[in-house]
Amino acid sequence: MTFEARDLVVRYPGSRAPALDGVELSVPDGLLYAVLGPNGSGKSTLMRALLGVVPPERGSAAVDGRPVADWDRRELARHVGAVPQAEAMPFPVAVRDLVAMGRFPHLGPVRPEGPTDRAAIDDALRRCDVAHLRARSVQTLSGGELQRVRIARALAQQPRALVLDEPTASLDIRHEMAILSLLREAADEGTTVLLITHHLDLAARFADRILLMDCGRAVAEGPPAQVYEAGILEEVYRWPVEVRMDDATGAPRVIPRSAAPAERPAEPRP
Amino acid sequence: MTRPLRLVLLAATPVAAAGVAILVGSAPVPAGDLLAALLGGGTDLARRIVDLRVPRVLLASLVGGGLAVAGATFQALLRNPLAEPYILGISGGAATGAVLVLAAGLTAVGSWTLPLAAFVGALLAIVLVFGVARAADRRLDVRVLLLAGVVVGAFFSAAIALILSVSQASTVRSAVLWMMGSVAGASWGDVGVAAAYTLPAVAVLLGLARSLDLLSVGEESAAYLGADVEGVKRTAYVVASLLTAAGVAVAGVIGFVGLIVPHALRLVVGSHHRVLLPLSALVGAAFLVLADLGARTLLGATEIPIGVVTAFVGVPVFLVLLRRSMA
Repeated sequence: MTFEARDLVVRYPGSRAPALDGVELSVPDGLLYAVLGPNGSGKSTLMRALLGVVPPERGSAAVDGRPVADWDRRELARHVGAVPQAEAMPFPVAVRDLVAMGRFPHLGPVRPEGPTDRAAIDDALRRCDVAHLRARSVQTLSGGELQRVRIARALAQQPRALVLDEPTASLDIRHEMAILSLLREAADEGTTVLLITHHLDLAARFADRILLMDCGRAVAEGPPAQVYEAGILEEVYRWPVEVRMDDATGAPRVIPRSAAPAERPAEPRP
Repeated sequence: MTRPLRLVLLAATPVAAAGVAILVGSAPVPAGDLLAALLGGGTDLARRIVDLRVPRVLLASLVGGGLAVAGATFQALLRNPLAEPYILGISGGAATGAVLVLAAGLTAVGSWTLPLAAFVGALLAIVLVFGVARAADRRLDVRVLLLAGVVVGAFFSAAIALILSVSQASTVRSAVLWMMGSVAGASWGDVGVAAAYTLPAVAVLLGLARSLDLLSVGEESAAYLGADVEGVKRTAYVVASLLTAAGVAVAGVIGFVGLIVPHALRLVVGSHHRVLLPLSALVGAAFLVLADLGARTLLGATEIPIGVVTAFVGVPVFLVLLRRSMA
C-alpha cells in the first residue's frame, strides 16, 4: 500500500490558520515511515486527511494510487488499519470484543464470526501481548494496556498498511520496544507502516524514512541520518539540540540541551 | 451464574412478568378463574378482566421494550451511558401536542386525537433539534445535538406552562396525569399502532447493532473500522426518535425505563449491542409490565400514573448503579 498527498490543504471550521498548508507526501510500499513534528504541527490532521475522515480544502490524498474519497469505507478498512490518538471508552466493553471490532470490515453488519475471524483476533491479541486480558473490561485497563489492545484491534483487520497516531505515548520501555519491534516486523513482511510519534530517537532507530512537519507543512523528508540535522531540528522545535551518532544502535540520537532562554531560537514565526 | 444461563433468565423475564400481571390485580377474582378465561373458558367476570388486562400488558411491553431499545441506541450514539430517549427534547414536543389537544377540548372529537397530537409534537421536536444541529454543523455533532435538545426542551416547557396557565383546573389535572404516563384503558387498536411502530424500528436498530458498537468508541475510530458513520448516525437517530415518539404518543411520558434498563444491562452482560439491544427490549418490556402492575394495585382501586412508579423504582436503582459504576 502507498499513501500520497499533493498540495494538501485542510482547514477546520472556525479556525483561520490551516491545519495542513500544502503538504506533499509520498509513502512507498512496505516501509516504516515516521512523521515527526512539534505539537500542533498537523501530524494528526495529516492522518485524518490521508484516510479521508476530514475533507481537504485543496489538493488531494490517495491510497494505493486511488483518491481516498473514492474508497468505500469498509473496503479501505480491509486494507488499512488505523489507531487514532484518543478514543472514548464510555462503556464496559470486553477486551476481546473491542479487538473483534477489527473484523467489521470483513464481516459487515450481520455476518457472524467464523474460524478465520477468530484466528485473526487470537493472533492479534497474542502479538500485542494482551491475550491474558481478553475478558477484562477496557475501562479497567492501564493506559499502556489500552494502547496495546487498540493496536491489536487494527492488527485484527489484517491490513496491508497500518497508520498509528502516537501509539507508544503512554507505554513503558518494554512495551514501547515491543510495539516498535512489532511494527518493524510488520514492515519487513511488506506492510506499510505510517507512524506518528514524538519519539525522535526511536523513530531514528526503527523508521526507514522520516517526514518532519512544522506549522502544517512538510519541512524535511528522507532517511533519519539525513533529516536529523541540528540546524533543521532546532528551527522546527525551537530548542537547542545536539545530534550524535549512537554506536550501540547505529542511529542518530537527539539530545536537547539545557539552555538559557536567551540562547533559544526565536519563538514561532506567524 | 454462567453467562448463557444469565441470558436465558433475562430473556424469560417478560413472559413471567406478563403472566403475573394478567393474573394479579385489585379485583377479587381467583387466579384459577383468570387462567381459565385466558384459555377460553372461565366466568364472564374473569373473561372481562382478562380482556382489559391483556392489551394493557401488551401495550406496556411494547412501550417499555421500545423505550429501552431507544435509550440503549441514544447512549451508543451520544457515547454517554446516562443518555435516555427523551434527551433530545422529544417528550417536551409530545407533551405540548397533548396539552394543546386537552386545553382545546379536542379529545371530544375522538380518542385518537391525543396520541396523534402527541406524535406530531414529538416529530416537531425531532425536526427542530436536528434542524438546529445541522445548521450549526453539517455533520451531526454529539455536543451540538445535546445542546439543541436542551434548548428545544426548554422552549416546549415554556409553551406547556403558557397553555396550562390559561387553562381550566380540570385540564391542568388531565395534562399532568398524561405527562406522568399511563397504559390504562389500552385497546387492541393502541396495541396494533404501537406494534406497527415498535417492531420494525427495533428490527432496524438490531441490524445496526455492530455499527453502534463501533460508534460507541468514537466516530473517527468507527470510520477507520469501516463504518458508514454519517449514514448509521442518521438512520439510528431518526429510528430511535420515532420509536420514542410512538411510545410517548400512546402512553405519555414514562421516564427511567430507557435510562436504567440499558444502563443496568451493560453492567451485567457488557456493551455488545447485538446482545444488549434484544435484551433491552425484553427486560424493558418486563420492567414496564411490572411497573403497570404496581400502578394499578399499590393504592388499591386508585390508579397511580405509571411514570410515578418507574421513577420511584428507577431513582434508587439508578443510585445503586451509579455507586457500582463509580467503584
